[in-house]
Amino acid sequence: MTFRKYLVILSIALFGSVGDAFLARGMKDAGSIGLYHVTHVLSVLANPFVIIGILSLLVFMYSYMTALSFADLSYVLPATALGYVNMVLLSILWLHEHVSRQRWMGVAFIVIGVGLVAGGPSRTENHHPAVSESAAIEERV
Amino acid sequence: MRTLYTWLCISTTVFAAASGDVLVALAMRRIGDLGDLRRSQGFVAVMIRLLSSGVLFGGVFFMTIAFFSNLIGLSWADLSLVGPASAALTFIANAIAAKWFLHENVDRRRWLATIFVCCGVLLLTRS
Repeated sequence: MTFRKYLVILSIALFGSVGDAFLARGMKDAGSIGLYHVTHVLSVLANPFVIIGILSLLVFMYSYMTALSFADLSYVLPATALGYVNMVLLSILWLHEHVSRQRWMGVAFIVIGVGLVAGGPSRTENHHPAVSESAAIEERV
Repeated sequence: MRTLYTWLCISTTVFAAASGDVLVALAMRRIGDLGDLRRSQGFVAVMIRLLSSGVLFGGVFFMTIAFFSNLIGLSWADLSLVGPASAALTFIANAIAAKWFLHENVDRRRWLATIFVCCGVLLLTRS
């Protein structure tokens, strides 16, 4: 894993959490959406918070696809949980919220989990047909 | 009834998110390292490879279902329920799917990491 690849993982955590926060804020404005009026969910797309949330999630998506192109899914997903830690840090530094001992424990669990997965290889060997096809395509490229 | 709808949304989100992740991971394996591809052939070549992948579009389709299902779930119930339930269950579903469908070597270290992250997410969002 190079420094650039760690940056890609960090950008997943950053833009994913920021996008979720803006979406949650936007959905609070929208109120409840009934199952019989599912199309009302489209009207939410005009909300500026939802728009910023979607733009952040597009950056998240590109970073996510880049990460999956060089690492396993079971490696990338736990690493993206750093986004939750990012939210706690934002709530302390930006919103000056009090963070309970239980939340600090949650942060510690996530950091240990990410540390565990980051200590191992990012891509594991296997013999899946999809990977053989991938190797063949890469050879052609 | 509201509780039933909420859990229906959470289940749909978890199933669609795991399916989307697996399909996107499969597509990206087939395409290869995007960074290397961009350096050797340029950004346009990367976009052409991405846009011509049917598996990737399948993954994005499932992710879109997960996205709207999550939005509807958030409108039915609090973020403190929908957020942690969807996230924790999706982590576990993805670890199982990565082992079964992508044949990844999900060893003890990765299972432990997944469990630690799930516990961490539950502690963070339920407090």
